[in-house]
Amino acid sequence: MLAKRIIPCLDVKDGRVVKGVNFVNLRDAGDPVELAAIYDREGADELVFLDISASVEGRATMVEVVRRTAGEITIPFTVGGGISAVEDMKRLLRAGADKIGINTAAIRNPGLITDGSRTFGAQCIVVAIDAKYNAEWEEWEVFTHGGRNATGIRALAWAQEAERRGAGELLLTSMDADGTKDGFDIALTKAVSSSVGIPVIASGGAGNAEHFANVFAEGQADAALAASIFHYKEVSVQEVKANLRGKGVNVR
Amino acid sequence: MIAIIDYGMGNLHSVSNAVERLGCEMIVTSDPERILAADGAILPGVGAFGDAMVNLRDTGLADVVKAYAASGKPLLGICLGMQLLFTESEEHGVHQGLDLLPGRVVRFAGEGDYKIPHMGWNDLAFKQESPLFEGVEPGHVYFVHSYHALPERESDLLAVTDYHQPVTAIVGRGSLFGMQFHPEKSGELGMALLRKFTDMTFGKTTIKD
Repeated sequence: MLAKRIIPCLDVKDGRVVKGVNFVNLRDAGDPVELAAIYDREGADELVFLDISASVEGRATMVEVVRRTAGEITIPFTVGGGISAVEDMKRLLRAGADKIGINTAAIRNPGLITDGSRTFGAQCIVVAIDAKYNAEWEEWEVFTHGGRNATGIRALAWAQEAERRGAGELLLTSMDADGTKDGFDIALTKAVSSSVGIPVIASGGAGNAEHFANVFAEGQADAALAASIFHYKEVSVQEVKANLRGKGVNVR
Repeated sequence: MIAIIDYGMGNLHSVSNAVERLGCEMIVTSDPERILAADGAILPGVGAFGDAMVNLRDTGLADVVKAYAASGKPLLGICLGMQLLFTESEEHGVHQGLDLLPGRVVRFAGEGDYKIPHMGWNDLAFKQESPLFEGVEPGHVYFVHSYHALPERESDLLAVTDYHQPVTAIVGRGSLFGMQFHPEKSGELGMALLRKFTDMTFGKTTIKD
C-alpha cells in the first residue's frame, strides 16, 4: 500500500536557509545541503526547497545548492520559487532536482504547466496553490506573490485546470491556516483532493503530530508538508511517523 | 566501469550520482563503443515511452542496448528504462519497445477511482529469488509512474508492489534487470539494491541463468 509522505520544506535565500533552524550538531545552520542530508537521515520522504531570493545572482546560487544537494541525499526533492520559464526548469532538473514547483508564473501563464509537463513529464511538475477562504464566494480564492495578491480565481477550478494541463501533483497551502500551528486546513484539503485525480500535498498549519493524522484521515491528503515545527525541533519526522503508525496510517 | 546510457531522456544526474556514491567508476555516455565496452550498463529514463523509443532508434542506441543485453553483461533499466525493455506500450498510442522481455506496458485502469500517477513510497514484495536482492530486506521504495508493465512470463517478474492491483516493481532474466521505482531516490534500500547490481557488474555476485 502506498505510504503517506512527510515533507519538510526549507526556505532558501541567496543559497542560505532562512527562518530559524534549531538543530544540534550542525556545522552550519544556514547550509541547505547539510540540513537536507539530516532530514533524509531522519526519514523525511521528500524535501521541498523554496527559493525566496529576489536577485538573479540568488537564483544562480540555487542551481549550485541543488547540484550539491543531489549529491548528498537519496530521496526526491522539489525546487520552487521564481521559476517562470521552461529554461529555468531545465536548469534545475539538470542540476539534479526531481520536481519543479510553480505558483505565480503558472497563474500568469498557465501554458507553462502544459509546456513543462510535455517537456519533462507530469511527474516533474508540481503546481503550488496558495488559497484563502473567500466568505462571499463560500469558496477558496487563489493568491499569488507569496499570498499578497488576490487573483479572483477559484481554487477548486484552478486545481482542476492545473491537472488538465499536466500537473503531476498539487502543493496546496492554506493561507488561513499557515503560521497558526492550529492544524492543517481540513476543509480546503478535502475539497481539492476530492476534486482532482492527482496527489495533493497539504501545507500550512502543522503544529503537532496529531495534525498530520487528521489531514490524512479527514483531509484526504496524499502528503503533508511543514517547515517551522521541524526546523525548531518541536516535533521530529520520526515522532510524526510513529504517531501515524500508531493510528494505522501507512508510512515508510 | 558502468555506462549510464544517455539518449536524451532525463534524470541522468541522480542515477550517476548514486552510482558514484557507491564508489563505482561510471560514465554518462551515448557513445556505442564506450557502452559496449562497459562492465555494466544502466538505461535510465523519465518521460514518454514513444519519445524515448524515437530517441533510441534515431541515435542507433536501440540496437546497442539489444547487443549489450545479448552480451550477457548486467543491464539495468530504471523506471521508463525498465518499461522500454518490454515488447510494447500503450502510452499515447501503441509503441514498439526493445522487446527484450515479452509483455506490455499499460495505463493504470480505474481512472477517477484513485490518484494517478502512482507517486510515492510503496512496499516491495519479492516473488522469487534473485541475485539482485539476495540478503536484502524488502521495504518501501519510491515510485512515480502512470503506466505499468505486465510481463508475459511469470518467471520474469521478480518483485511487485500493490497499488489497487499488483504492480510490477522488479523484472529480470539472466543478466537483464529492470526496476519500475527509482532506486537512486529510494533511501538506503534503493542504494542497497543498486549496490547489488554494481556488485554483480564487478563480479562479486554470480548471475544464475
